[in-house]
Amino acid sequence: MTTLIWIAVVLLAIAGYLLWTAERLDRLHTRLDAARAALDAQLLRRASVAQELATSSLLDPAASIVLYQAAQAARQAEEEHREVAESELSQALRAVFSESAQVEAVQQAPGGEAAVGELVAAVRRVPMARRFHNDAVRAARALRRHRKVRWFRLAGHAPFPLAFEMDDEFPAALADRVA
Amino acid sequence: MRIGIVCPYSWDVPGGVQFHIRDLAEHLIRVGHEVSVLAPADDETPLPAYAISAGRAIPVPYNGSVARLNFGFLSAARVRRWLHEGDFDVIHIHEPTSPSLGLLACWAAQGPIVATFHTSNPRSRAMIAAYPILQAALEKISARIAVSEYARRTLVEHLGGDAVVIPNGVDVDFFARAEPKAEWCGGAPEAGKGGSTIGFIGRIDEPRKGLPVLMRALPQILAARPLTRLLVAGRGDEEEAVADLPAAMRSRVEFLGMVSDEDKARLLRSVDLYVAPNTGGESFGIILVEAMSAGAPVLASDLDAFAQVLDQGEAGELFRNEDADALASAALRLLADPQRRAALRDRGARHVRRFDWSTVGADILAVYETVTAGATSVATDERSTPRFWFGLGRE
Repeated sequence: MTTLIWIAVVLLAIAGYLLWTAERLDRLHTRLDAARAALDAQLLRRASVAQELATSSLLDPAASIVLYQAAQAARQAEEEHREVAESELSQALRAVFSESAQVEAVQQAPGGEAAVGELVAAVRRVPMARRFHNDAVRAARALRRHRKVRWFRLAGHAPFPLAFEMDDEFPAALADRVA
Repeated sequence: MRIGIVCPYSWDVPGGVQFHIRDLAEHLIRVGHEVSVLAPADDETPLPAYAISAGRAIPVPYNGSVARLNFGFLSAARVRRWLHEGDFDVIHIHEPTSPSLGLLACWAAQGPIVATFHTSNPRSRAMIAAYPILQAALEKISARIAVSEYARRTLVEHLGGDAVVIPNGVDVDFFARAEPKAEWCGGAPEAGKGGSTIGFIGRIDEPRKGLPVLMRALPQILAARPLTRLLVAGRGDEEEAVADLPAAMRSRVEFLGMVSDEDKARLLRSVDLYVAPNTGGESFGIILVEAMSAGAPVLASDLDAFAQVLDQGEAGELFRNEDADALASAALRLLADPQRRAALRDRGARHVRRFDWSTVGADILAVYETVTAGATSVATDERSTPRFWFGLGRE
């Protein structure tokens, strides 16, 4: 009889532990979803600001076309090409704003100050959101790789989380400006 | 935005983390946010209107020194009540790995949580042993902030994942506008003509702050420039600090004791050279930023964190850590070269703009906005109470 009680106690403890782990995993997936949504929003915001700047006639026509093209491509990229398209937008921004003279020229035009401010704020937040997202991915993966999660299929049908890798290096001439 | 900030260390004991939290809270309130700070404090300690006491911190030996921490059932209950009543959009926890309020808040909350890692302590054995417990609490943090690239590296090494780097903030104009005090300036009458002043601020009896290194370098400096004075601000045993110095030189060292924020700024405005001989345990180096804000040329030991704040030696000079000879020769070179000092002043004044609260505060708010976009507000995590697991329902 005592053996039976002990077995029951152990089974209950195991069940409790698994339930707790499942809750943890659920919370991690929620965090991951929020981080992904935030990253999406920041990328979209950056592309929109870049596109707006390209059509604002604050830049010369050549720079406008380069920037417009990259921003357009980033906004419309399919999921599997998105990392490349967003990296190309970063490169285009770096190419356009490689010198402080260019930034100053834009700032001096009417409405330019606000446009540069918006761009700096948007460009700054992309690496932020990306680090938070990839940090959430790492935490979720660490738990999902655990034996207890794999054996008992605690993750259900949620897709295995993937990091978002892209080039989000800041344009040199914008680095010193305050968002 | 409704912002809850958790301070892990006693509000009544002055310290870098506490000052950072105070300045951050006041900055956020100034730009129009609702802020509540939960901090350990004695019942009789007067607290600012935005701060709430989480009870008295208990001194316990931890990590090689006596730390004043909050833990246990009562503290946990206070954290829950604060979370419940505050109904925050985001909570910002400082030092979530120290076994105090930070960790308790992390454990008890769910929703958008931001955490700042200040120290870059080597991983302790206790932390390795507690890792599985710690992990379950730390994985709730949606955004991690490290105060320097160095702190970020240690964080990534110890806990994995990633963090954004946002430096500690300084009210640059407060230091830039302070009035120099005649008696602390190089040309003061009692110092005689050509006497320069060197400043040091920090605990006298804490060897890691490096005063002993400076004391070892002082005889060489005084031999070449006998009119130099060393001004030391900070608490500790003054007799002991000068014990190794030849008796004739002791009069060249002036102890100012603990100084107010205003006097600290005035001291930094007055001195010809600020020396930071710290030997370790620094993850940021706010005092260097304050010195540069006040226009003091800085000479600091080449700790990773210091090198980074000084832009790898561009905004202030570096000497080899714990090398008193190197310190002495660098100090003498700088004191003899007013042009170089003026150049450092100029470079420093431009460099510190990125540490001003206007920049740092905007970055921290950007982090809050990133994690709160589309998320629900912070709530207590019922799964962390035993009641939930025994089916006793909600509190």
